[in-house]
Amino acid sequence: MATKKKSNTLKLKFDTAWPYAPAPESRSAAQIKDRYELFINGEWQAPLSKKYFGTINPATEEKLSEVAMANAADVDKAVKAARNAYEKTWRKISAKERAKYIFRIARIIQEKARELAIIETLDGGKPIRESRDFDVPTAANHFFYYAGWADKLEYAFLNKKAEPLGVAGQIIPWNFPLLMAAWKIAPALATGNTVVLKPAETTPLTALKLAEIIQEADLPPGVVNILTGAGETGAAIVNHPDINKIAFTGSTDVGKIIQRAVAGTNKRVTLELGGKAANIIFEDAPLDQAVEGVINGIFFNQGHVCCAGSRLYVQESVAKQVIRKLKDRMESLIVGDPLDKNTDIGAINSKQQLATINKYLQIGRSEGAEMYESACKLPNKGFWCRPTIFTNVAQSNRIAQEEIFGPVLSILTFRTDDEVIEKANNSPYGLSAGVWTDKGSKIFNMTKRMRAGVIWANTFNKFDPTSPFGGYKESGFGREGGLHGLLPYVELKNI
Amino acid sequence: MATAISNRLEVLKTYKIYIGGQFPRTESGRFYSPVSPSGKKLANVCLCSRKDFRDAVVSARGAFGGWSGRAAFNRSQILYRMAEMLEGRKAQFMEELVLQGSSKSNAEKEVNLATDRLIYYAGWCDKFQQLFSAVNPVASSHFNFSVPEPTGVVSIIAPQGDSLLGLVSVIAPVIAGGNTCIVLASETKPLCSVTFAEVLHSSDLPSGVVNILTGMPSELIPHFVDHMDVNAMIYCEKVPAVQKTIREKSANNLKRIHFYDNINWNTDAGQSPYFIQDCQEIKTTWHPVENIAGAGGGY
Repeated sequence: MATKKKSNTLKLKFDTAWPYAPAPESRSAAQIKDRYELFINGEWQAPLSKKYFGTINPATEEKLSEVAMANAADVDKAVKAARNAYEKTWRKISAKERAKYIFRIARIIQEKARELAIIETLDGGKPIRESRDFDVPTAANHFFYYAGWADKLEYAFLNKKAEPLGVAGQIIPWNFPLLMAAWKIAPALATGNTVVLKPAETTPLTALKLAEIIQEADLPPGVVNILTGAGETGAAIVNHPDINKIAFTGSTDVGKIIQRAVAGTNKRVTLELGGKAANIIFEDAPLDQAVEGVINGIFFNQGHVCCAGSRLYVQESVAKQVIRKLKDRMESLIVGDPLDKNTDIGAINSKQQLATINKYLQIGRSEGAEMYESACKLPNKGFWCRPTIFTNVAQSNRIAQEEIFGPVLSILTFRTDDEVIEKANNSPYGLSAGVWTDKGSKIFNMTKRMRAGVIWANTFNKFDPTSPFGGYKESGFGREGGLHGLLPYVELKNI
Repeated sequence: MATAISNRLEVLKTYKIYIGGQFPRTESGRFYSPVSPSGKKLANVCLCSRKDFRDAVVSARGAFGGWSGRAAFNRSQILYRMAEMLEGRKAQFMEELVLQGSSKSNAEKEVNLATDRLIYYAGWCDKFQQLFSAVNPVASSHFNFSVPEPTGVVSIIAPQGDSLLGLVSVIAPVIAGGNTCIVLASETKPLCSVTFAEVLHSSDLPSGVVNILTGMPSELIPHFVDHMDVNAMIYCEKVPAVQKTIREKSANNLKRIHFYDNINWNTDAGQSPYFIQDCQEIKTTWHPVENIAGAGGGY
């Protein structure tokens, strides 16, 4: 599909002299059961729904396991267990001991890191390099970070006493399954809440592995309950009258449904929703580094990242050069077997998501933008999308306004600072943004004026347990990570 | 002489609204006449419409860039100036509070508290950022920090009970934090709010930062929460049905909603930097730290 280039510049060739030999991670280091029940009150319980659904490897479409489909009655059972654990044990044990439980979870995740990484890659399609070097260690670190907060909350909120809210219902997406579970569970436990968590329908396995770890850590029964299921299960959690707090990461559409559903209740809500991050390259930027950052910004995790740098703004004077470099770099990306340690881009998470991405590729073309895909070969089975960029994109194009959630970059140009600020902020979203320039004062001018919760200057897609993450505007509210990530799980009382 | 003075006709004040630094009448041409507890008509007050609110949002949005971009120190000085102006008009506010049903001593107490509250928040303008920000010790080679920034345009239904103190208590933390706002005054006790607009007007507060409307909450609340260019909303009454509507409608553009329905504005519980934090967003910025050839921390 790659278009032939007419320019006289030399085309770099990557596929001849030094091909990479396959370097697959071994599947045998991971144990996946044929069937998983629901994790309620510290035990594996068969679903009252009596229903199960399969979870597949999106790179091969083979079935990995089947998991229980929790219905409203199962949710009710889990909430009761969580309430009971909250009242009888978790809020009563000393904060110091609470911390030690969470530290234990962090440690066991580290011990089982390899197995977790393999399962994450099998179930979600992401490259093993990312599961191994990012998802799993960052998840462990997140538990480790918040464990330490549990007995130090009086230092976090000056002149106030922080009290837990009660039972937290948490619903997480499929793009970083284990990491999102960690982002949700760790701060909730550290602040003394108990949890009912639902992993995404297409990626339930690492959350269930986490349930095994929680069991192994001897966490009191009911403190964490993990229910697999679909949208209906999530709705039952959101609507359950005995839940005090809803934490959701996912699409803006569903976030709005949740906000409407909790109206008239006292439930507290935090929402971490979609994004359409502007990534801005000025002419004085170190262009090679910027190109690496743009590649990482949009192709990390197949672009299934809510903070992906999916709108690239390049200063006109260097646009041609940047686009050339981007195309060259795209050709060097290895797309294929997610279990191969050399793979840069894995499988699209699901058939449904692939259809969404393909819909946007069609929209982009019909809106008049110019599409370029890397020339890589794609496997026959599974769900795949080539790294893709669109040039000649207009600000009003849907591919510049709407979240695609795939390896698709829209490239626009600008001339002045004021112009690019106007364009970057012209979005209902405000999750993240990036800026590339060699000039310090320009960096701060941009980072200050961009309306987004996370801003990367001369870098992109960096995350850390100590660093708050969350959006402005329709990207949601509340922060996860860092000191600020405690606030959504506490009620501040006057001393 | 004496008869001449007692025969002098009192000059009645026309209570108008405050939008974009001007005192227009409502575009709707409508009015209502709130009465004191003893049944005396207070005034003909503007019965504001959706259009007035929309005009106010336009001026609040227009003022946001300038106000949020000002030095925090400058915002602090302006809030202090507001307190000075309020103090100077103490007698006028007391008179209006008494008309609205307060005892003289309560009226005096309320004006004093309102003035002090402005001074309290004047002091916070350039300090809360240090309280709510953080330098985050990330594991990678990056400098990373988080700072609060104003949420944007805030729509506020002021407390119905405390005509002046309630109004000041909800406006001050919002603008101290660099937001701009549109406030609907107490329906039954609107006099002080209009006079307070005159205080704002003479305090170097840029036009559009605070816009004050009078009218019916029941009519205007849906618009206050519906508007797509409003980023947050504050509501102070414990009316479950209204709270439900507000939260439902807030989903349209994910407004941040705050219900201050359990706060005694007459006490210290009515003031806190956490009220400022409610209308702030946390922004986290990353930048690499050069680490050439694994250079260590030596000098």
